[in-house]
Amino acid sequence: MTRIDAKFAALKAEGKKAFVAYVMAGDPDYETSLEIVKGMPDAGVDIIELGLPFTDPMADGPTIQLAGQRALEAGMTLNKTLDLARAFREDDDVTPIVLMGYYNPIYSHGVDRFLVNAKAAGIDGLIVVDLPPEEDSELCIPAQAAGLNFIRLATPTTDNKRLPKVLQNTSGFVYYVSITGITGAASAVATDVGPEVARIQAATDIPVIVGFGIRTPEASRDIASVADGAVVGSAIVDLIGKGQSPSDVLAFVRGLAAGAHSA
Amino acid sequence: MANDLFNSFMTGPDENGRFGQFGGRFVSETLMPLILDLEAEYENAKTDDSFWAEMDFLWKHYVGRPSPLYLAERLTEQLGGAKIYMKRDELNHTGAHKINNVLGQIILARRMGKTRIIAETGAGQHGVATATVCAKFGLKCVVYMGAHDVERQKPNVFRMKLLGAEVVPVTSGRGTLKDAMNDALRDWVTNVRDTFYCIGTVAGPHPYPAMVRDFQAIIGKEAKAQMLEAEGRLPNTLIAAIGGGSNAMGLFFPFLDDKDVEIIGVEAGGKGVNAKMEHCASLTGGRPGVLHGNRTYLLQDDDGQILEGFSISAGLDYPGIGPEHSWLHEIGRAKYVSITDVEALEAFQLSCQTEGIIPALEPSHALAHVAKIAPDLPKDHIICMNMCGRGDKDIFTVAKALNWDMEESD
Ligand SMILES: Cc1ncc(COP(=O)(O)O)c(C=O)c1O
Repeated sequence: MTRIDAKFAALKAEGKKAFVAYVMAGDPDYETSLEIVKGMPDAGVDIIELGLPFTDPMADGPTIQLAGQRALEAGMTLNKTLDLARAFREDDDVTPIVLMGYYNPIYSHGVDRFLVNAKAAGIDGLIVVDLPPEEDSELCIPAQAAGLNFIRLATPTTDNKRLPKVLQNTSGFVYYVSITGITGAASAVATDVGPEVARIQAATDIPVIVGFGIRTPEASRDIASVADGAVVGSAIVDLIGKGQSPSDVLAFVRGLAAGAHSA
Repeated sequence: MANDLFNSFMTGPDENGRFGQFGGRFVSETLMPLILDLEAEYENAKTDDSFWAEMDFLWKHYVGRPSPLYLAERLTEQLGGAKIYMKRDELNHTGAHKINNVLGQIILARRMGKTRIIAETGAGQHGVATATVCAKFGLKCVVYMGAHDVERQKPNVFRMKLLGAEVVPVTSGRGTLKDAMNDALRDWVTNVRDTFYCIGTVAGPHPYPAMVRDFQAIIGKEAKAQMLEAEGRLPNTLIAAIGGGSNAMGLFFPFLDDKDVEIIGVEAGGKGVNAKMEHCASLTGGRPGVLHGNRTYLLQDDDGQILEGFSISAGLDYPGIGPEHSWLHEIGRAKYVSITDVEALEAFQLSCQTEGIIPALEPSHALAHVAKIAPDLPKDHIICMNMCGRGDKDIFTVAKALNWDMEESD
């Protein structure tokens, strides 16, 4: 049982929905980013999604593109991203960390070496945007073998014919992308998302979490109420981009978490 | 070769879109269903005579194909060695080879019922070709172009606007082709249901590299027949410039199994292939990675972050290369070299002065390599280079590089 599985079991026992928060590792710099991440569990974050900076984030809107640029300019790398996870693990051994990013830095690092290092750093799962099921042999299968969850994205274009393929090697949770689009763009509408989540839940036992386009505590509550949890990224990253202090960022995160937990 | 069938170089890609380890479908889930639809549609069209009949008709009456295969006599004389032929794709409607491929993709888009076309462009030639064909068929067209390229290829920006396209300047990164492609992909993910992404080179997720190659292969098919007619034999050497590699793949593909034909691709050497990566020679100076939907050679740092590259030619200013070229490079079927900005500028002028042909900066790179090797080759050695675009779009860039004041009369 991974930390992710344990977390969902605990939430289920409490009858609570999950709140997942995304930040870019190393944005605006390593120390500030670590401080924010370390404060997340206390702010109510159930699962931390840690962005792995990449120069060409093709599925991300301007907010996360800029966060990646800030991180890279401040000297962030894959190795330092793993250092950040390791530093977080020094005082927290239960909150799951999911690394989210693009394949090239991982491929460049060497898949086998990456998996060993990620596991040792306390990473629990991976979301790699540009690895659809068609490329499972690249990283998904080796990651599962190494004891890491491989969390797949399902989208509005994933029809029922394709869904089994998407679910097949998914573990931990399914990340339902609420819109056709990039991060930080349109807002998710609970009445559209609900039936889609139900469709996926009918096909799998693992939790379905919804992300993209959730920006407020109310939206966090509304979306979480029709799913197993909600993810917020760009709205948090926006505040970091505006130079807000870690405590202000975490105060906002606390509100989002309370929203999801009230669902 | 022991077994001609099994050793054919023309059977790729495999069902996973791979040429050896290169290629593939590294895209987000949102796009995947559409990419599978496109593949099915293309497989269907490929064996549909009516599809090719429409292509042939438009290639002939709209594009002006076949393009001539032209013996460059004065250039041959001046270089004093190999006999040099130019495949004149710069004479196509819109001024480059790009339209060969655009026609194919737009006809497919129409078959798929897509009403909105997006494209990325570097030099602007692919953008102009896409805007042109969209105007012809009454389709909405949006072209993503790096802000730096908008600046250095102004004539093409105006042409696209005249043709009714919306040109979106892209400011992320250094504002070149790579960044334009990122934003085109972002648009596509957002508007996937009604939008067709018309990719301008042999890159991107499968089936694009194979599909674009097949549409551009008209260049090599014609060149082969024309060469047999002119010389009664195949050329000894093929030479083409490489940005993403579509004009090169188009010329090379029909010759891949003619094992005596030497194949040379010319990458942009920028300021020289050095450690500072002030060039775009992905094969000479890069290593395998994954970007824009495929695995291929890329300019990248030790952390797998993509580098920007540098070239005077906007059309070659791309840190990657089509996956089939990476494969041909690794198996040694084709050879890849690089040419610097300075060498390309010299070749540009050489073509103007000896042949009365103003070449685009992209094929000027190919021509520079011709000029480098031709003098040492025997007179019966035949080189066929791809004159894949004309230089009207580049006169401002060249004027600047040669310190010529465009404002001054004479
Ligand atoms: C005339 C010309 N040649 C070559 C290229 C490079 O593309 P490719 O390598 O796909 O032929 C371009 C791209 O804009 C171009 O305009």
